[in-house]
Amino acid sequence: MNRLARMWDSDIAWSFRHSPVAIVATVVALIIIMGAVLAPWIAPFNPFDSASLNLMDGFTPPGVPNQFTGNTYLMGTDNQGRDIFSTILYGARISLFVGFAAVVFSMVLGIGLGLLAGWRGGWVDSLLMRIADVQLSFPSILIALLIFGLARGFIPPTMREEVAIWVLIVSIGLSDWVQYARVVRGAAMVEKSKEYVQAARVIGMHPTRIVLRHILPNVMGPVLVIATIGLALAIIAEATLSFLGVGVPPTQPSLGTLIRIGQQYLFSGEWWIILFPSIALLLLALSVNLLGDWLRDALNPRLR
Amino acid sequence: MSDALLKIAHLTRYFDVSKPWLNRVLEREEKQFLTAVADVSFEIRRGETFALVGESGSGKSTIAKMVVGLLGASEGLIEFDGHRMTGTAGAEMRDLRRRFQMIFQDPFASLNPRWRVGDIIAEPIHTFGLLKGADVTKRVGELLDTVGLSSKDAEKFPHEFSGGQRQRIAIARALSSKPEFIVCDEPTSALDVSVQAQILNLMKDLQDEMGLTYLFISHDLSVVRHMANRIGVLYLGRLVEVADGKRLFTDPQHPYTRMLLDAVPDLALSGRRRKPVEGEIPNPINPPPGCAFHPRCPLAMPRCKVDAPVPVQTATGHAACFALEKQTA
Repeated sequence: MNRLARMWDSDIAWSFRHSPVAIVATVVALIIIMGAVLAPWIAPFNPFDSASLNLMDGFTPPGVPNQFTGNTYLMGTDNQGRDIFSTILYGARISLFVGFAAVVFSMVLGIGLGLLAGWRGGWVDSLLMRIADVQLSFPSILIALLIFGLARGFIPPTMREEVAIWVLIVSIGLSDWVQYARVVRGAAMVEKSKEYVQAARVIGMHPTRIVLRHILPNVMGPVLVIATIGLALAIIAEATLSFLGVGVPPTQPSLGTLIRIGQQYLFSGEWWIILFPSIALLLLALSVNLLGDWLRDALNPRLR
Repeated sequence: MSDALLKIAHLTRYFDVSKPWLNRVLEREEKQFLTAVADVSFEIRRGETFALVGESGSGKSTIAKMVVGLLGASEGLIEFDGHRMTGTAGAEMRDLRRRFQMIFQDPFASLNPRWRVGDIIAEPIHTFGLLKGADVTKRVGELLDTVGLSSKDAEKFPHEFSGGQRQRIAIARALSSKPEFIVCDEPTSALDVSVQAQILNLMKDLQDEMGLTYLFISHDLSVVRHMANRIGVLYLGRLVEVADGKRLFTDPQHPYTRMLLDAVPDLALSGRRRKPVEGEIPNPINPPPGCAFHPRCPLAMPRCKVDAPVPVQTATGHAACFALEKQTA
């Protein structure tokens, strides 16, 4: 209880309570995340269960009874008669899973390499940072495409469907580690020269222990900010790849896949197929991004 | 002298300050070295406080860092209680490390802001595996008591303390491995004058209680006067004079020491005219030939520009100056 009270009193909590944008963004993000996590229980239909689909339900506009079956759907149905609302819930599930996993992957990679570069310095640092520079000079979506294409070349066709989602996660993760590595390297260099690190070196503490116990906790602040904004970027990257048709397989549609399907029917008047998944993606990416912006401001005392 | 705890002989440290390799090749420049410490020798006896004084850039902190092993020596020898510090490794080095500690200048940087005070103080205990479990908590409480804080403070974070209190925590951490020798790198220069005296007195009391030996680095002569049994004066990485603590102030031998003492503000308002320190410390990349002090020295002779003086015995210790040789000869 004492702990909770202290958390409520902390600077971050105060800043949160006084930022309407942060509160709204959190509520929106939480609603989408809850919807995605609880999709099997709250979705009215299971869009992946082909037995329950009725092709006659296809292209039902939102809120209007289908002319053949008389069924009404909140957000209409797509070409195969799948309920758009349920598909969004399941799609957000995949988008969020890929986004979180990619962020965790690039965080682990970026923090590890950043700490190594910052602590060791010298040629290790030069080598890693030149690699980072080269990678930064390409758009990250291009790198993700490249890695994705390469990986598919190595994986036997029979396994592609199963591992597609993991390949996607690794591709997005590998295209994004540079951000973390650069920030962590800079912060690690600052911390390394501080006297508390020297005090640990004087008593002969093992370097790995110094890096993990002393330096890592002190560089996590900025990393959290990038990770939040990185989550929004990873979700968008996944949607972009899926939109281009190289992401998750169509049997497990993510928000990007839904938008790609909807895009085919945009000019024939079935606007709802693309509109609702797009809104869901926009709200998700925007709210996570705004949260990241707020966190950056709240953690940076110079902006206060 | 058999009671020397720390022996330093011909200690020298260069720093490579060259431009990166590619620039050097393109601009056809040689490698450049900065000599931070040049041929410094002294001994610290068990139980005494040996102070090193000098202007900024005179190599005080570099010597301190070499003594505790944060920096390697380019040349020369550091012996702690008869054990050579260079080349010692493994369990023997670990055992040596337990016996010396360091107190840093900036109490705001020397404590990890994310650790609780108790964990900070217990860090050396854990690293050396001295105690386990509840004994650690007990020992941390005792240490906090020793430095004038409360054992309840172990639960707090460093930002909840003032500069002086933080320096007390840093002292408690240094004491936690029961060292014999503590290197103090300007331990009070980041503190308010009123707090400085408290910290210095605490350090003196601890020395009397535990028989500690201090290497005390400072640029503040009044602090050094209060603390030191013997004082070494550094100029441009060279040890120009070593003298008895009190007598250095009454009977300075080396012209540089005299210049430093003349510059000290006169609080007694005796009407003595202060002579400002003339000139600035030269660039250590290109030190003056001969005696490094000759461009600023009032007693400089032609010989000073050619030969480097070696330390000669004086009434109070020893000093490296040709003018002194002349007097004694």
